[in-house]
Formats: sequence, structure tokens, C-alpha cells
Amino acid sequence: MRMWQNVTAVLALSLVAGVALAAGDVGEVKKQAVNVPAIIMFLAFVAGTLGITYWAAQRTKTAKDFYAAGGGITGFQNGLAIAGDYMSAASFLGISGLVFINGYDGLIYSVGWLVGWPIIMFLMAEQLRNLGKYTYADVVSYRFQRVPMRTMAATGSLVVVVLYLIGQMVGAGKLIQVLFGLDYTYAVIIVGVLIILYVTFGGMLATTWVQIIKACLLLGGATIIAFGALYVATGGSMSPEALFRRATEVHAKKDALMRPGALVTSPIEAISLGLALMFGTAGLPHILMRFFTVPNATEARKSVFYATGFIGYFYILTFLIGFGAIVLLMPADSGFMVTNAKGVLELKGGQNMAAVNLAQAVGGNLLLGFISAVAFATILAVVSGLTLAGASAISHDLYASVFAHGRVDEQQEVRVSKMATLVLGVIAILLGIAFEQQNVAYLVGLTFSVAASANFPILIMSIFWSKMTTKGALLGGWLGLVSSTLFVILGPTVWKDVLGNAEAIFPLKNPAIFSMAISFLGIWIGSITDNSENARQERASFEAQDVRCQTGIGAEGAASH
Amino acid sequence: MMQQDLVHAIKSNPKYHELLAKRKSFAWILAAIMLIIYYGFILIVAFNKEFLGQPLSAGSITTVGIPIGLGVIISAFILTGIYVQRANSEFDRLTREIKEEVL
Repeated sequence: MRMWQNVTAVLALSLVAGVALAAGDVGEVKKQAVNVPAIIMFLAFVAGTLGITYWAAQRTKTAKDFYAAGGGITGFQNGLAIAGDYMSAASFLGISGLVFINGYDGLIYSVGWLVGWPIIMFLMAEQLRNLGKYTYADVVSYRFQRVPMRTMAATGSLVVVVLYLIGQMVGAGKLIQVLFGLDYTYAVIIVGVLIILYVTFGGMLATTWVQIIKACLLLGGATIIAFGALYVATGGSMSPEALFRRATEVHAKKDALMRPGALVTSPIEAISLGLALMFGTAGLPHILMRFFTVPNATEARKSVFYATGFIGYFYILTFLIGFGAIVLLMPADSGFMVTNAKGVLELKGGQNMAAVNLAQAVGGNLLLGFISAVAFATILAVVSGLTLAGASAISHDLYASVFAHGRVDEQQEVRVSKMATLVLGVIAILLGIAFEQQNVAYLVGLTFSVAASANFPILIMSIFWSKMTTKGALLGGWLGLVSSTLFVILGPTVWKDVLGNAEAIFPLKNPAIFSMAISFLGIWIGSITDNSENARQERASFEAQDVRCQTGIGAEGAASH
Repeated sequence: MMQQDLVHAIKSNPKYHELLAKRKSFAWILAAIMLIIYYGFILIVAFNKEFLGQPLSAGSITTVGIPIGLGVIISAFILTGIYVQRANSEFDRLTREIKEEVL
């Protein structure tokens, strides 16, 4: 534990340095004054989670402990942890900001983020639990050639993890800068150092409990803001009708606030976005990994049920928060609107600060501090889940299966995983710094498109289609990965908005409808044209895979501790 | 990998086929319902915005779109609940019986 103490000391120093540095910078325009209640509450969260990490480190001995918390997490706990993994600061702040500006349109996004969960429940949750061990690559390489399948699955995982990480790190830096008055670089470094500590020492057990605590804090905080705002905005009547009426009186869109507007225009774009959101969720490696932390299929199903409930409730809250923000923040005399450089009145800190400003309007500096701390905790939790998924892809899939061909002992694999965590943490910090000035909003769409087009098709087909072969899976998987990335780069968000070209080469912002079709087509063509001896064996072994998938007989049980 | 004789023992057990048939149709029906609800909603958003923009009752500011949108969210939760209810009782019981008979 010597190393542990050293790292804690370094962390404490860097926090103190960060606060001190920020305190000297109060005069800067962009940054806010140091927010003392927020920092105290955040330090309490950090102290608590580091304590849990210490506790978890004592219990993390085997590879199964490290990757899957020993398989001993209950369905309810895992449901909360899944919700913790999924409810990012971006969705909390982004969707409430979207409702603040566009009203009803925000709800269309919320619905899309949620409907992937029932699909995961009906088609994947118990199958994943019965077939996999630590990563979803276990499932897609179950009856196929190990080396190429693991390589592809690990690549898909890492691409999704890194894209998601960039978005989270940049968001974290910006948010912490605004909320805590900390310097961007320090904020990014603090996030990086903390997640390295959580993951390397506490593995999946610590990561799970960080997610659970964060989910409770976020759900609690959002509940207080949403219902507090409803109470204040309606003068105590708590009637949504009264809230909507006052919002339409205040908002420039008037009655149009209450119906779908310009955000979703082209039907094909709407359907493609829906596909990416729905099936992208089912292809996120850090989410899929959570199904290996429960002891059996029964608990895996329960966890999706609870997660769907928590996440659905959370989205309903963000909708209320958006409308509450319109009523309480949007009037020019609310004190929350400022005139920007173009002379236009806008929300202090931008539209994504609707929930944060509303916290202050409803509960003063104390609630503002609490929500700031929750937002920071949210980022830490999501980033640690991502980092663990990335590290597992490197150690369990690439190192143990591809390079060492399965001839590696557990302790060595866990050591590699910890080194990978360290490297990923440093990469996350560097990417966060490198992308500081970039607009990273498009990364969310890209992440979900890649997950839906590269990871989801091979996963679902390897579970359900007896005739798939290695050749088909590789063709479809790589085509999905390349086409979704290429279409996003050539599409309006990157080619036109980021790179500044006049016209986009690919017409859709959300390419999933095409890239998913290409991927499935690749799997089908590659498989039916494959007449090799390998292919024959792979088709024959579907029977045994299916029996295990359906019954769980032969699947990994829970650890006994 | 499982031993071949165990696979055959399970596959020749009638309860295994009962489990598969029941679960498969149940899961795909629920998945289809979710897809129809969600893409139905998206298609209304894309093609018939006016429908969602009507007042819920005469003189109300709340539109038809509000309960429909919230309804999609709640339906997702209810559908997962329906599945977990049946799977964790009936399907798990069948699985347990299969295990007792073959193992």
C-alpha cells in the first residue's frame, strides 16, 4: 500500500495547487470565482470514493475481481451502476439546455436515449451474461477464430472509448472551469489522476460503487431542482399545466414551445438518429461490461429493469428542469441573463448551464455548490467506467488472447490491465488538453454511430445467427467501423461545420441507417460465401453456444466473498 | 466449450424446447412493440407535427405531444418490467428444471 499513499499525497498536492492557482485567477473573465461550498462537497465526494477504493483494493485479488467485481454485484446495485454509467454530465446539462432553448424537441432526444434499454433487455442482457466472462469480445469470439475477432472487437471498443473520453474530458475541463473556478488544465489533470486511482486500485468493485454513489447524488440533485423549480415557478401549485403556461408566456417561441419544431426535419435523418441512439447503447463496451458483474441471468435482467426506470425518471426530470429554467431564468430581470458580444440576451454560461443556474435560482449557493459537485462526480464516474472498459480491451482481449495466445497467468493479465489504465488515463489527460479549443459536440453522435455500426451488429449476429462465420463477422465489423467514421467525417457536422467546407459530401448528420445496413450486409455476404472448413466448424459449434446462451449451463458463476 | 453429450441431453429435453419457444416469441413480440411505439413516435414527429401540437383539452396549453412523449418513456419501463416478471419466474423455473434433469 506504499504506492497508494504516495499517489494519494500527489493527488492532495495537485488539488491544493489547483485551488490556489484558481484563486489567483479570479479576475479572469471566463472563469467564475472559486465556489467554496462546491469545492467542500466535491472534496467530500473524493474522500468518500477514495475510501471505497481503498476498501475495494483489499478485495480485488483475482482477474475476475478486477474486471467483474467478482460477479457479486446484485441486480439492484448493477441497475444503479448502469444508470450511473449512462447518465453523463453531457446528457444532464445538454438535454436540459436543449429543452430550455427548444422546448418539446428536447423530449425527442430523451426518448431516443432511453428506448435502447428494452431492446438490450429482450435480446442481449441474459445472453451476454451467459456467454461472456469479462468483455463483450468474449461473446463475439466464443465460436470464432480468436485472434482476428478479438482484435476487431478490441479495436471497436477502444475507438468508442477514446471518442467518448475526449468528449467527457473536454466537457469536464470546461464545466469545472466554470463551476469551480479551477484552471482547465488542472481540472483535466485532476479527473485523470482520480480515475487512474479508482480503476488501478479498486478495479470494477470501486468503479461500480463510484457509479452507484454518483447515480444516487445525480438523481437526488435533479429531483430537488426539478420539483423545487416546479414549486417556485407555479407559486406552489405544482401543476405542470401552470408551468407550461408560464413558460410559453416567457419564451420567444410562445406556443411553438409545446410541439416538435425544427430540430428534427428530415424523416430519414430522424430515423437514422433513432437507430444510432437505440442500437448504439447496445454497443457501448463500458455498458456491456456491466452485465458480467452480476452472478446470473436473473440478476442481469433485474439490473436492466432498474436501470431503465432510473434513466427514464432522470429524463423526465431534465424535461421539467428545462421548463423550470425557462420560467425562472429567461425573464430579462431574473439576473441570470447576460448580454453577449453580439448584443443578444443569453443565459449566463450558455444554454448548457440551464440546470446549474436553475439550482442557484431555486436553492441558492448551497444547491449550486451541491449540483456543481454532482456534475464533477458524474464526469469522474463516467470516465472511470470508460477507462476500465478500455483497459480490459487492451489486457484481456489484445494482450492475453491476441499477443500471448491465452498463455498468460491471471496476475500478469491484471498487471497489464493496470498499466493500460495508467496509459489510458494519461492519454485522456493529453486528449483533453489537445481538444480544449475544439467543438466536440459531434463526438457523441460519432460514438453512437460507431457503436451501432461496428459493435452491435457482430454482437447480435454472433448470438442469434447460426450461419455467421469469422469471415462474415470481420467483413461486416470492419465495414461498419470504417463506413460510420467516414460518413461522419464527410457529413455536415465535420466536413461543413468543423472543417469549414461549403457543402457536405455525405448528406446526413447521423449515418447509422446506412452504416448499419452496410455492416449487416457485410456480415451476411461474408458468411454465406464462406465455404471453408473453419466456417463449417463455426456453424456446427453454434449448437453448443446456443445451449449455454439459453440456459446459462457452463457460464461463469459468482465469486464467493 | 461444453461436452457434446451434455449438449445433446439438453437439446433432447422437451422442456428446453418449451423454454426456447416461449422466450423467443415473448422477447421478439415485446421488442416489436417497443420498436413500433418508438418509430411510430418518430414518424409522427417527422410527418405530422400538428397532431402532437394540438391542445390536450380545450383551452389547455399542454399538448397531446406531452403525454405521448412521456408515454414512450414509461412504456419502455413497463415493457422491461413485463419481461423481467415472466422471465425471472416462469423462464427461470424451466431453466432450473432442465438443469436438475440433465446435470
